[in-house]
Amino acid sequence: MGRYLGQRLFQGIIVVFGVTVLVFVITRLVGDPVNFILPLSASEEQRVRLRADLGFDESILRQFIDFIAGAIRLDFGDSTLFRNQDAFDTVMNFLPKTLQLVAGGMAIALVVSIPLGALAATRPGTMLDKVLITVSLAGLATPQFFLAQLLLFFTSVRFQIVQFGDGPWTHLIVPSIAMALPAIGRLTMVVRSAMIDELNSQYVKAAKAKGVARRRVVLVHAWRNASIPFVTLFGWETIRALAGFTLVIEAVFDWPGLGDLAITAIKERDFFLIQAIVFVVAIMVVVINIGIDVVYKLIDPRVKLS
Amino acid sequence: MTNDPTSSWTPVDANTSTQHERDDATHAEQAQEGRPYEVRIATKGLFGELISDRTGFIAAVFLVVVLVIAFAAPWIAPYGPVEGNPSTARISPIWDGGTWAHVFGTDAQGYDVLSRLMWGSRTTLLIGVVVVLVAGIFGVVVGLISGYRGGRTDRWLMRWVDMQVAFPGLLIALIMIAVIGASIKSLIFVLAFNAWMVFARMTRGVVLSAKENPYVEAAEIVGCRPRRVMFLHILPNLTSSLATLAVLEFARIILAEATLSFLGLGLQFPDVSLGLMASAGREAFFSLPRLAVIPGVFLTLIVLAVNFLSSWLRVATDPVEREKRHATSAKGITDKDAAKRARQAKRAARLNEATS
Repeated sequence: MGRYLGQRLFQGIIVVFGVTVLVFVITRLVGDPVNFILPLSASEEQRVRLRADLGFDESILRQFIDFIAGAIRLDFGDSTLFRNQDAFDTVMNFLPKTLQLVAGGMAIALVVSIPLGALAATRPGTMLDKVLITVSLAGLATPQFFLAQLLLFFTSVRFQIVQFGDGPWTHLIVPSIAMALPAIGRLTMVVRSAMIDELNSQYVKAAKAKGVARRRVVLVHAWRNASIPFVTLFGWETIRALAGFTLVIEAVFDWPGLGDLAITAIKERDFFLIQAIVFVVAIMVVVINIGIDVVYKLIDPRVKLS
Repeated sequence: MTNDPTSSWTPVDANTSTQHERDDATHAEQAQEGRPYEVRIATKGLFGELISDRTGFIAAVFLVVVLVIAFAAPWIAPYGPVEGNPSTARISPIWDGGTWAHVFGTDAQGYDVLSRLMWGSRTTLLIGVVVVLVAGIFGVVVGLISGYRGGRTDRWLMRWVDMQVAFPGLLIALIMIAVIGASIKSLIFVLAFNAWMVFARMTRGVVLSAKENPYVEAAEIVGCRPRRVMFLHILPNLTSSLATLAVLEFARIILAEATLSFLGLGLQFPDVSLGLMASAGREAFFSLPRLAVIPGVFLTLIVLAVNFLSSWLRVATDPVEREKRHATSAKGITDKDAAKRARQAKRAARLNEATS
């Protein structure tokens, strides 16, 4: 297992490296970053000075080596958006808010999708099953920002269930639900189909035949096997939330997290900050991927990691 | 004797005919054995299936209507996408005391919502189709090369795919658009850049198994160039799965376009897409919800219809899925099910007859 994890870690480092290099290439090679940072009216002298300050006057290879050397020491340079603040520190300041949101959303998805999926799987073809499938499909076909806006509209304007600025925890609820919705849709369907497969298997029939209580058959026998595909997809959903959906949800709810920071950094062309954000997100993605494998092994002893 | 595969074939007597006649006859026979019967039976089954699958049928009809509207927008839209001025702003829709001049009312800038819906679906569908084409072609070519060549080429190409798959594309897409500038062209490029990997992976998988077929070996032995083997002999195996995947990807891409537009890094004024409309209503969401709700629901319906269509396509073209579908429907055997299965058995028998 140790050797396997080492291998995965190595692959993960390649992913982080690849993504950071990709961003470096996009931001440095496509145009002169100084033109993006300074206003059009800036004098040539100012441009030259800034270029020298930021190290853009060196050869691209030299810049690249400096960049990699900096990245290893977690030094991405100073943010141009937040004057004179270290880009990496800025990311770290915004990260907790996003982690709260993702953790909240994923917790809701976990708690809701498993019972719903199991319920549908034990009653295939019934009204409940059909309603769940239809709702999931419709939810997944809706643009996420649209769903989030509808949720915001109904909870805060139409029915005023949640008042904004209520407290540290209540304001987390609605964005978390918005974050959880697409994950709930997909995960419920996964639990459903995995459970149906397991419930039709020989060992479940055997368990039923020898008189094991139905509840135990579903919860212990079938779920343990059905949870294997679930774990993979749950990990994927977490990655999607962390590196994608959080941008949308934070924009809709004006949530001051990493996603919001990323959008601002991209729009303001703060390349040092963008690089730090992508680096941190890539590391989290890799960590989650390795986490999935570990959980996998814990659930299913048959899995041989190689 | 003609090679036209649709003409009826009459056996040629070995004793009375010359060699070239016999050759022609063999050709015609081979041609008949392969495509036409199969295609005819497959398409016949396809449409029969489509009509019997009610959601699939409704979805297909809906999509055809949307396609026609989108295609004909320049001729049938009552106004241009950005035609109007503040004096025509915020006119109520027809169900809220408006007039037929503006069926869905107008938005805060005075643009007619119905016309914008038509123009918007034009852009949305265009982007979806072009991105699927670009990403699909690139992905399939990479997958073909990767799977057919194998070895080092395969390892490097798949490593590239893995790396792009491991990191979700939205963030990268946003950065790319910020650098190269937002326009329909750059949007298509960026979306395709983040969508080709699925095609490559799937193609590679199919190629790996198709490569083992004797006919591929035969083609290689008679001296077909790799390109010919890849595109002529292996590629047709992909038809079914590729069609389903392309349809599903289309749905995913129009949602991605909507998201980019919402974040302000997609289409820019004066271009209009359904996603942009659904998000442009953001400021007005709390005063005039219909501005976001109408395009949002319309976009959702399109995606939903595309999904239903793809599930029909999968059932209709993939024998394994077919079996699953009909096995579950035949659980409680009714007369209807029995009749259906009898029909299917007949169809299968006919297919056997035609191909043997």
